[in-house]
Amino acid sequence: MEKLLEIDQLTKVFSFGSILSKIKLTAVDNISFDIKPAEIFALAGESGCGKSTTARMIMGFESPTSGQIIHSGTEVAKNEKVWFTQGIQAIFQDPFGTFNPLRTVDRYFFETVKNYKLAKNKTDAIKLIDAKLKAVGLSYEEFAGKYPSEFSGGQLQRISVARSLLTDPKLLIADEPVSMVDASLRMSIVNLFKELKENFGVSVLYITHDLATAYYVSDRIAIMFRGDIVEMGPVEQVLMEPKHPYTQLLRESIPEADPEKRWNYKIDLSELEYEEYMRKGCKFAGRCPQVMEICKAEMPQDTQVGKAFVKCHLYSESQKSQNEVI
Amino acid sequence: MNKTILKTDHLKAFYVLDVHGTQKVVKAVNDVNLDIQENEVYGIAGESGCGKTTLLKALVAAIEPPLRLMDGKILYQVNGKEIDVASLDQEAKRKLRWEYISYVPQGSMSVLNPVTKLKETYRDFIGSHVSGKSKDEAFEIAKEHLLDLGLPLKILDAYPHQLSGGMRQRVTIALATLLKPRIIIGDEPTTALDVVVQRGVVQLLKDIQGKLQNTIILVTHDMGVQANVADRVGIMYAGKIVEEAPTETIYGNPAHPYTQYLIDSLPKFGDKSTRKSVPGSPPDLGNLPSGCPFHPRCPHVMEICKQEMPGYTKLEPNHRVACWLVGEGERLS
Ligand SMILES: Nc1ncnc2c1ncn2[C@@H]1O[C@H](COP(=O)(O)OP(=O)(O)OP(=O)(O)O)[C@@H](O)[C@H]1O
Ligand SMILES: Nc1ncnc2c1ncn2[C@@H]1O[C@H](COP(=O)(O)OP(=O)(O)OP(=O)(O)O)[C@@H](O)[C@H]1O
Ligand code: SF4
Ligand SMILES: [Mg+2]
Ligand SMILES: [Mg+2]
Repeated sequence: MEKLLEIDQLTKVFSFGSILSKIKLTAVDNISFDIKPAEIFALAGESGCGKSTTARMIMGFESPTSGQIIHSGTEVAKNEKVWFTQGIQAIFQDPFGTFNPLRTVDRYFFETVKNYKLAKNKTDAIKLIDAKLKAVGLSYEEFAGKYPSEFSGGQLQRISVARSLLTDPKLLIADEPVSMVDASLRMSIVNLFKELKENFGVSVLYITHDLATAYYVSDRIAIMFRGDIVEMGPVEQVLMEPKHPYTQLLRESIPEADPEKRWNYKIDLSELEYEEYMRKGCKFAGRCPQVMEICKAEMPQDTQVGKAFVKCHLYSESQKSQNEVI
Repeated sequence: MNKTILKTDHLKAFYVLDVHGTQKVVKAVNDVNLDIQENEVYGIAGESGCGKTTLLKALVAAIEPPLRLMDGKILYQVNGKEIDVASLDQEAKRKLRWEYISYVPQGSMSVLNPVTKLKETYRDFIGSHVSGKSKDEAFEIAKEHLLDLGLPLKILDAYPHQLSGGMRQRVTIALATLLKPRIIIGDEPTTALDVVVQRGVVQLLKDIQGKLQNTIILVTHDMGVQANVADRVGIMYAGKIVEEAPTETIYGNPAHPYTQYLIDSLPKFGDKSTRKSVPGSPPDLGNLPSGCPFHPRCPHVMEICKQEMPGYTKLEPNHRVACWLVGEGERLS
């Protein structure tokens, strides 16, 4: 099947620390996935596992250390700001950082309308802007002439979503687009993504921590952990029958909206983030309840389990045959 | 028997703006009565833009123009004495902040200075808030506190951007609780965190609360988190608390139509059928509908709803609802 966006062995290494003790951190470690036309693809996983870095590379704000980004069949040159093209639009993770505090928010909208010649005159421009704002529960009247500080977190987030829709993009890179929005508005925004997909063939890279909405709107999902994609496949399989121990832990940790079902035991988070990044074998080995000797020594390969790929020794060929012997 | 630690009495805090020469008033906190108890976790949930952050700003006495205290009172219970926040000068407020009440703001990344190592942030914080201790002494206290909370000391050598969102959030919480405040206020402290780390942050908050036996006021729209930690929940809509009850009641037996929508809109695993959200758009707090502010979106709207704001009806001693459907209501004095 045709691919709209293809990510091929993408890697990003950051280095920081002093000159004497330089630390290298592989924020994104050789990941590959693709997004098809009219597909909602979710990217979820641990805080700090490299999701935003991946998104930023796709948009050209960060250059990959190695690997390729292929957009509709053509490779995107390093540093090219794909974000500014009409076909692909982005919603950034931090709505407070998206807008300059000294500029009124509507100026961003008028600029986009002007840059892409989306309207003939001001009246048409306002009509267009109002329509996109209405789609996220706001209106032009409420928003005109205001500075970012005059909006709440969720309002700014919805404004970012509305802005990304102005150009009728084919691909939306949405980095935590609804994290500050209440459950009901969140539903209306993901329903909007669904409509865009179904009626206009729009694809969405939906980066989120909200696995319930990811399950609800997405077709496929990739679960990232410390720079790796550890499990990827149809949401139905990955979220309903998670195979990787990390995916299982994620699934178990989703708080249920039911006070009768509170968490009744504690979890351990003590390991430092970059220590996990530095691990030689499976990066989850330090916390995995099913850890084996091989996990600490060797990085597991992708293994197909049903319709999904899992990066875990529990499912690798050698391990499977051993399991059978036992 | 519980004891009140913080109270608001018909609190009104509006943004008063000058738009091209005409005055515009955004009624972000509109007649809120709260009675928060010692040693409880009080959750606040509500629609985006309904005034939650503004309410918290008022509670921590951080009302600055264009926000104005229009009416009502905020009352602190400090060492057995009731203090009207309006009577405090800047210096007194500064003292109470962090020691009596401390605040983890929304998007708390901004609390940590991005260009200095966390060590320096800690030193500065202690320098300006703890008197009578040498810097080194105070710094030792900070280290102990971090260890107490199970956070690695290595983070002190990092810049904020080098930490994951979850670690940053826990560091911010650690900083906010250093002086053992009686009330910790968290504004969406777990948004943008993965569910495992979120659980860790919630665990941290609960641990601190357990140790200090203090009060947590937690604003989050994550109904899963509310269900897990809150003892009571207040549901806010258009600047008002429209329903308040013990957590079990809010989830099991919500009475206000808005609360019912909120609970029903939660997606469930294994069920991909279309879930509905509240119809219509959130109200513009600068141009509120008459009567009950929910009436333009309410499926049960009646004539009276369009004309008059309902008072609170008590369905149970600790369950109050502002809705004509539920009862005539009474004005709480
Ligand atoms: N400019 C940078 N310099 C050094 N390290 C960085 C830089 N940007 C990101 N990192 C590190 O790379 C890792 C991945 O970060 P990234 O922001 O991509 O994670 P994320 O998955 O988006 O996390 P979150 O869920 O918190 O948004 C983190 O450890 C982060 O601290
Ligand atoms: N500085 C300001 N000037 C004018 N209006 C403001 C200002 N800050 C907030 N508002 C308005 O006040 C209302 C309440 O904002 P607030 O930030 O309290 O909402 P919130 O409930 O915290 O929302 P969210 O869940 O999205 O964070 C919003 O309608 C917002 O647009
Ligand atoms: S008072 Fe009327 S409009 Fe308001 S929530 Fe109740 S029934 Fe609906
Ligand atoms: Mg991110
Ligand atoms: Mg807020």
